[in-house]
Amino acid sequence: MAGARVERGTRASQLWAVGITIGLAALVAMPFWGDPGDMRLVAEMAYYLALAQLWNLLAGYAGLVSVGQQIYVGLGGYTLFYLTDRFGIHPFLAIALAGPVCALFSIPVALAVFRLRGAYFAIGTWVFAEIFLLVVSIIPALGGGSGLSLTPSIVRSISSNRAGREMAIFWMTLAVLVVVFALVYWLLRSRHGLALTAIRDSEPASASLGVDTFRTKLLIYVVTAFGTGFVGALIFLQKLRISPEAGFSLNDWTVVVIFMVVIGGIGTLEGPILGMLVYIALRELLADFGTIYLILLGAIAVAVMLKAPGGLWGWVVHRYDVHLFPVRRRLRFEKPD
Amino acid sequence: MSQLKTSSLRAFYGDFQALFDIEFQADEGETIAVIGANGAGKTTLLRTIMGQLACDRDMVKFDGRPIGDLDAHEIVGMGIAMVPEGRRLFPSLSVEENLKIGGYCGRRGSWTLERVYQLFPMLAERRDVPSMALSGGQQQMAAIGRALMSNPRLLLCDELSLGLAPVIIKDIYACLDVISDEGTTLDIVEQDISRALGIADRFYCLQEGRVSLAAPAGGYDQAAITQAYFGI
Amino acid sequence: MGWVNIIIQGGLLGGLYALFAIGLALSFGIMRLVNIAHGDFIVLSAFVAMIVSAGLGISAIASLAVVIPAMFALGYLLQRGILNLTLGSDILPPLLVTFGISVIIQNLLLEGFGADIQRLHAGAIETESVILPGGIAVGVFPLLVFVLAVVCIAGLQFVFYRTGLGRAFRAASDDPDTAELMGVDKRHIYALAMGVAMAFTALAGVLFAIRTTFEPSSGPIRLIYAFEAVIIGGLGSFWGTLVGGMILGIAQAIGAALSPTWQILAGHIAFLVVLIVKPSGLFPRTRD
Ligand SMILES: Nc1ncnc2c1ncn2[C@@H]1O[C@H](COP(=O)(O)OP(=O)(O)OP(=O)(O)O)[C@@H](O)[C@H]1O
Ligand SMILES: [Mg+2]
Repeated sequence: MAGARVERGTRASQLWAVGITIGLAALVAMPFWGDPGDMRLVAEMAYYLALAQLWNLLAGYAGLVSVGQQIYVGLGGYTLFYLTDRFGIHPFLAIALAGPVCALFSIPVALAVFRLRGAYFAIGTWVFAEIFLLVVSIIPALGGGSGLSLTPSIVRSISSNRAGREMAIFWMTLAVLVVVFALVYWLLRSRHGLALTAIRDSEPASASLGVDTFRTKLLIYVVTAFGTGFVGALIFLQKLRISPEAGFSLNDWTVVVIFMVVIGGIGTLEGPILGMLVYIALRELLADFGTIYLILLGAIAVAVMLKAPGGLWGWVVHRYDVHLFPVRRRLRFEKPD
Repeated sequence: MSQLKTSSLRAFYGDFQALFDIEFQADEGETIAVIGANGAGKTTLLRTIMGQLACDRDMVKFDGRPIGDLDAHEIVGMGIAMVPEGRRLFPSLSVEENLKIGGYCGRRGSWTLERVYQLFPMLAERRDVPSMALSGGQQQMAAIGRALMSNPRLLLCDELSLGLAPVIIKDIYACLDVISDEGTTLDIVEQDISRALGIADRFYCLQEGRVSLAAPAGGYDQAAITQAYFGI
Repeated sequence: MGWVNIIIQGGLLGGLYALFAIGLALSFGIMRLVNIAHGDFIVLSAFVAMIVSAGLGISAIASLAVVIPAMFALGYLLQRGILNLTLGSDILPPLLVTFGISVIIQNLLLEGFGADIQRLHAGAIETESVILPGGIAVGVFPLLVFVLAVVCIAGLQFVFYRTGLGRAFRAASDDPDTAELMGVDKRHIYALAMGVAMAFTALAGVLFAIRTTFEPSSGPIRLIYAFEAVIIGGLGSFWGTLVGGMILGIAQAIGAALSPTWQILAGHIAFLVVLIVKPSGLFPRTRD
């Protein structure tokens, strides 16, 4: 009789791990070979990829289609500005605190929006984002409608010169991306990952098997808020200014992120990478044509959802059967000889 | 010419093939029983005839016309109706509304709301209650009445006796006689062999998606049926 | 005295919110489809009315004779051509497809009309008012909008619960596969439902654009108002939607009276309170 074994690693994934390590090393060294404009673009790609991966965890794996993740981007940003400005905390420490602060805020939000099912959940999260935007706009300590800027002394506390500061922020962004990937990867390979797959396949069935769907979803929501807040703080450290409109922007922090994930392939770890590349490429290519790139992205996302719900990565897998981040357990039957 | 005829009918759920080369036919006015164990494919056969499950155009013919590629809502208008397994009344419609929507396709004929109420007087009394407030037997009657409202020439019935007490099953089968006397062809799926064979002219036995026996209902051979039913 | 006035004005505004909400409630009630682009269709209707009334030299109200059928047709085709393909047990496709459509409409309007603030004109009716007993002045136009909302809802209620078409809508909502067995073509019925939803959206959009200014990005917040009205009202009946709209309008009016910055926030708070206290809304559906 043929034996079977459960495996998660694949040949392609091992090659990929080597490739990623080399690529990352090159990026870490980028301040020594790249120009500042390219570094900014790479940093942007990194934080968008982090946001996309987090949204993917939420919507693609836990089925929580949130349209309100800008809450945590904005909240993370405001945490950085408020803590540094008010208490003179070092920016790096403030960024580290942005995650826990967002996680804390996300619990009451979750308890309210989890009362809404499916698509209503989506709009519910959106309403909350509006509420955060409006409330922040009327709090004088947060600068009201016009927002806050980082004071020069705080900016200098990162590094005394501009190049040094940009280098530090660049490395931090790469580090955050790695942390987010590791977090999502670890979560999916843990028993929570199995619970998520079960919930996604059939919530009632998994509930009857003893999977605590509420707690699993809450955990994912809070972890995602944590990560998103962390990324949000970093984004606004680069921008040096925050306002309610910029911090809680639906378009910047959620719309394009959703498009990236959908186009790349929702519910896969590889998809968001492809989707992010498509987004950046379209935006840069069509930079002279206003919002045409958004219309095009929207149209591509609609077409993908209708014709190839697996996205670009789904197509690649279908075509070549490669898995770069093996989170699923695969049953392999061995030839009897 | 037979009224309904299937030729090498196959049906699939995704990659899973549920029916294999079914040759089935029914003449106008006949009562046919379809029997078989759980999962034999009885419901699938009815659903495929009814257009709820896709098959090739020529696999099903009604009055000689190929209907395999039509949708359920088109097939009802041609004179085939189905009482689905588990009754499937519309919960947000009252009893009378359920009957009325049965006539949605607008086929004229001898069945009207009044005649359905004559056949099932109990429904007339409870016409305004929500359909889910009916007892199981009454729900089955409403489901049959609903199907009759489209004035079918061929009525497909899926496990009418499911979950009902024997006395009620007897009543319902008595009504089938009335329907049959109108000249309506009946195609009755049952797990209860003797009940089905008691009313049928002929029967088909399905086993794992194939016809394992087709014979006149009278004077059947018990051993042959057991063999066809269970494959043992 | 002042508070009575505020509540009346807010209640009348609720009529407009109820009109916003009808389309959303219809498509959710029948197809279980939440149209994220709903607010953008409201705004699209306003832009269409703007073109039609300028092109034909007629008032915005008269342009409804063109805008409503046009939006009905758009809704029918959209459902038949695209949205029907997204329906199933997975909630992601309809959500993300309508989300994409929302972004496409907003940005197309932006490319076509720029970010300028627009307004529709309906002549003298915009500014006329009547004095109610007790000396409260209410605008004729808000009153008209409210009456229209009541008429629309009564009409919908009649169609839904008294006609064959309404039975088909409800049956298709309960159990689409079994409805097919009755001769109901679900693709057609769904498309009709979306057409009807879009016709109400057109009416709401034009009335809204006469009442306040609009721009290409005005859609999302209208979706949110519509959504809040639906959730507050519950999905039990269309009258619940009217009550939901009125509660939202009154909350906003009270908020605005306290401080202009509180207007919208007060509406969201009313929504939150209902969500927490009674998540199924004030008039819940008995069965779902
Ligand atoms: N929706 C479905 N998807 C996949 N497979 C199905 C589906 N419905 C039925 N099947 C499979 O098709 C086969 C035939 O099922 P069918 O329901 O036709 O049997 P049946 O004879 O009506 O059984 P029962 O007496 O239990 O009603 C079974 O193996 C069943 O598991
Ligand atoms: Mg069956």
